[in-house]
Amino acid sequence: MTNLAAPTLRVILYEGAGSAGLPDGIRAELMLTLLQRGYGVSSVRNGGTLAGLERGSVLVMGRFADQTPPQAMDTSGQVSVHFRDIDGMDAAAALATVDAVREEAKIGKPGGWKPWFPVIDYGRCTNCMQCLSFCLFDVYGVSKENQIQVQHQNNCKTDCPACSRVCPEVAILFPKYRQGPINGDEIDPEDLRREAMKVDISALLGGDIYLALRDRSAKAKSRFSKERDEDKALKERMRCLQKLSDQMEIPAEVLAALPSADQIAAKAAAAKAKAEAALNAANAS
Amino acid sequence: MENGCRILYCHCSYAQVVPKDVKEEVLRKLAESGRSFDAVADLCEMSARKDPALNELAASGDVKIVACYPRAVKWLFNAAGVKLPEQGVDVLNMRTEPAENIVNAVLGPGFGGNGKKPEQVQA
Repeated sequence: MTNLAAPTLRVILYEGAGSAGLPDGIRAELMLTLLQRGYGVSSVRNGGTLAGLERGSVLVMGRFADQTPPQAMDTSGQVSVHFRDIDGMDAAAALATVDAVREEAKIGKPGGWKPWFPVIDYGRCTNCMQCLSFCLFDVYGVSKENQIQVQHQNNCKTDCPACSRVCPEVAILFPKYRQGPINGDEIDPEDLRREAMKVDISALLGGDIYLALRDRSAKAKSRFSKERDEDKALKERMRCLQKLSDQMEIPAEVLAALPSADQIAAKAAAAKAKAEAALNAANAS
Repeated sequence: MENGCRILYCHCSYAQVVPKDVKEEVLRKLAESGRSFDAVADLCEMSARKDPALNELAASGDVKIVACYPRAVKWLFNAAGVKLPEQGVDVLNMRTEPAENIVNAVLGPGFGGNGKKPEQVQA
């Protein structure tokens, strides 16, 4: 699990006073290389301004040969500033320099986590708490004001958009999802109709998809264990799970990682109680 | 001294939902434009980290954000505790728009089409 509070290294390609300019091709290639590795990188040209940094480390790279590097100041004491001359370096050598500074500053490698988590469109959200009741992984919580919020992004199961399927208002986005409106595309009436149908599927299954999936999986296992045909049992189990996972678009890895039926029931009850408490508190205030 | 708005470019490094040719072409044009800009590996990750740089960007007035769907960007900022102002913020969507349109919208007409800066365009 990634530590979202860990410090990061930000790279600045500096081409202002005290640093010669980079050739266009080199600048673009270097930026692309760093971004692909997961580093944020800013291009600062003469007179340019950038967003400040309040924590972590910043590495200023430029062609400082025979010149004095620009002065940078950290008034907060929470930002460390490093300078490196990259005159004559290609993108690979510059990347190695960045990696070395990161290690020297004891900063973890960037990336390693696909940032997949729900984002709430509060313009649509009605605070119904269905997402909180549905999610078994404690991604959701409530604020002091009893408003639903995403509290543990990195608990979310990568590529699983299931909670967005139970949202009656299409208010849950996954920006990296392949299709609209879950990816943030505008919502049209046809989307609302389609999403409502998927909520109906959830209701038909007793309102608890996870329990239904477990139940069907267990039934399939039990039936075929009597026949002593493991291959056939596995195929049937996969078919049952596949059918439901297709409807809810739950990745197979998430299904495989589901806890026991008892644990699911306990988690679902706890989430439901939390949601009801938040709703009652919101109604009372 | 540079004039004009701030530019934030998101490379969406951890997913394949933004066409590779579009994001790389936009990045190349921005890098060759002579303008300062911030490029981030992944705006979703910045949002999850609640990166303070998002707050400063939102407060800076005019800003052009080159990323994905405007609704997603707006609520990603909100998830980081940052309210994007209604005025002065343009979100350009690399998932749906060709690179040329985006570059023209960010840098002005002339940057997107032929790879030359406006003053280089032949009359």
